[in-house]
Amino acid sequence: MPRPSAIIRIEGVKKRYVLGGENEVLALRHVDLAVEAGTYLAIMGPSGSGKSTMLNILGCLDRPSAGSYWLGGEDVSRMPDDQLSEARGRKIGFIFQSYNLIAQLTVLENIQVPLLYQGKDVRLFHDRCLDLARLVGLGDRLGHRPNQLSGGQQQRVAIARSLVNDPLMLLADEPTGNLDSRTGTEVLDLIDRLNQAGKTIILVTHDERVAARAHRVVHMKDGVIDREVVNRPPPAPSR
Amino acid sequence: MISYQLASTIRLGVKSLLLHKLRSALTMLGIIFGVCSVIAMLAIGEGASYEAQEAIKKLGSNNILLRSVKPPEQARQQGGGGGGGGGGPRGMQLKYGLTYQDGSRLQTTIPGVKRVLPMRIIRENVRFDRNEVPCQVIGTLPFYPEVAGAAIVRGRFLAHIDEVHQDNVCIITTGLARRLFPHQDPLEHSVKIDAFYYRVVGVLQERSQPEQRSQSGKMEGQPLDNNVYIPLGASRTRFGEVLIRRAAGSFEAEEVQLHQITVQMENTAAVETADPQIKTLLDKFHDQQDFEIIVPLQLLRQAEQTKRIFNIVLGSIAAISLLVGGIGIMNIMLATVTERTREIGVRRALGAKRRDITRQFLVETVVLSVGGGLIGVVVGVLTPIVVSQLTTMKTIVTVWSVLLAFGISGAVGIVFGLYPAKAAARLDPIDALRHE
Ligand SMILES: Nc1ncnc2c1ncn2[C@@H]1O[C@H](COP(=O)(O)OP(=O)(O)OP(=O)(O)O)[C@@H](O)[C@H]1O
Ligand SMILES: [Mg+2]
Repeated sequence: MPRPSAIIRIEGVKKRYVLGGENEVLALRHVDLAVEAGTYLAIMGPSGSGKSTMLNILGCLDRPSAGSYWLGGEDVSRMPDDQLSEARGRKIGFIFQSYNLIAQLTVLENIQVPLLYQGKDVRLFHDRCLDLARLVGLGDRLGHRPNQLSGGQQQRVAIARSLVNDPLMLLADEPTGNLDSRTGTEVLDLIDRLNQAGKTIILVTHDERVAARAHRVVHMKDGVIDREVVNRPPPAPSR
Repeated sequence: MISYQLASTIRLGVKSLLLHKLRSALTMLGIIFGVCSVIAMLAIGEGASYEAQEAIKKLGSNNILLRSVKPPEQARQQGGGGGGGGGGPRGMQLKYGLTYQDGSRLQTTIPGVKRVLPMRIIRENVRFDRNEVPCQVIGTLPFYPEVAGAAIVRGRFLAHIDEVHQDNVCIITTGLARRLFPHQDPLEHSVKIDAFYYRVVGVLQERSQPEQRSQSGKMEGQPLDNNVYIPLGASRTRFGEVLIRRAAGSFEAEEVQLHQITVQMENTAAVETADPQIKTLLDKFHDQQDFEIIVPLQLLRQAEQTKRIFNIVLGSIAAISLLVGGIGIMNIMLATVTERTREIGVRRALGAKRRDITRQFLVETVVLSVGGGLIGVVVGVLTPIVVSQLTTMKTIVTVWSVLLAFGISGAVGIVFGLYPAKAAARLDPIDALRHE
């Protein structure tokens, strides 16, 4: 059974891709992982080692072929699609490498999108959206469209968007991969601040310096966790 | 709450459509044309059939009309009683048509006959003062208004005493009264027809002009309600039975006793049975086909039948054009779904359920088709107005045709939008996100 303070617990997770015919790829062979609330976890490893696959499973975007996954005390590995969508919207905030803002919407509207799918009245959350926009330093760009923003600004909108439903954790797959080092640092500083404020962060990166900011660094290799480095202890579970 | 969500989904749909203005406009065009053509065609069809039905109804659905027709085989007969009209070089004289005897035979032999109204219709110019108007001078009996459904607006109609005395009195139609007496009260003035003066004793409001579909093409383009009514006997004695028509230097004389007999039946059932009986009776006494029988009731039924067929044809054309429009929409939406696969993935990652995605794309299609439908309704309502302005064709835009066209456009959106929307929702979030 998962310990109550473990926000994430996966056990014996496998992911198999069938490429038609006999061909199949074992992207994840056997992964066990537990993450406590408030942890900043970085996942590293060579290309093709299964980092993104793992993050997608953690984000409920994909299902494990075998094994189980508890998210915040719920077994999500066999949830029907609708509940999974709900879990994604409520418990998880995504930050993508390529920002993935919706082109036809303004900054403010992009931040509001996750609220819509929780059936929340956007008007009641106007102040929250404004606060988030200010938090990421875009309080004066609310009416702008994604194509009127720089990459760094877009990524900051994506961060604000990921926070709007106050999720259990943020998942980021190479969030600074498309940014120059200075804007990348700004974004990472923002993520640091969020973690200091108590948010659980799981972040995939190739960059040692990025990983150095995390409490724990998990190194993957050929679909298994090869080794784990603890930079500094994660905060003690408060509850 | 739900309506608020729907409103924001619609707003989003409009936004997405505006992102590709030209594409959306072109897609809508199919629906616009479809809806517009449904409404416009139905309006023109409705107008045409309304005019036809009105014209037929004016003839009176209890009436059977008999008309003299010049026989096609010019079976010429040298003139018998060439009384009044003769003179000048002898041309060919043709004797044909309905007779006074036909009238009395109809009255006595056919069951269910209420009245038999004989009419002589002669074209003459009618003059008063300096005004001269080409008219139909109709010799008839006092009960003409009841049979033809006309109303006396001033004075009186012909009376029995006029017939007995063959008085030179006349009744003119309202239209003619306006033309002959623009500034005066026509009553008690005398108008000149041919060589004689007739005292105007009444003004008649026509409901019908059964004479308007006369065989001769000469009356075309002339106002239809320039009629003068005089006693039948007066028409016979003043004009005679031989009429001379001057055409291109030659003379043509015709002897016709009656130009039309209107048989008024007791009820519509009697109309059905009397029709063949009248034909049999008249055929017995006419050795040539010199009359025609018009049964307005039958014409009305035919017109209704024609209209039904017309509506079915129009409906099919409209259905096809809307189908084509729908396929256009579906095509574009499938392309849009492919193009926006990434967006679908992002929305799914942000918590959208399958039905949210379905709704989003369905709303977009419906906005497209209903938008097109609205524009189509506006254009479709304006087109008949323009058509009737340009062609004097009557058009009637019925409410049901607008509702039908609009309803179909909405249905097209839902039917043809459902597949692309479902296809969009079926995508796995991770596959959609990875799409590029
Ligand atoms: N949809 C898929 N179908 C088939 N094979 C896949 C699929 N997605 C991933 N794989 C395979 O799974 C393995 C792990 O892929 P994954 O994307 O997790 O790697 P990664 O560690 O994120 O690499 P990178 O650092 O380059 O992003 C790879 O061998 C890849 O070819
Ligand atoms: Mg990857």
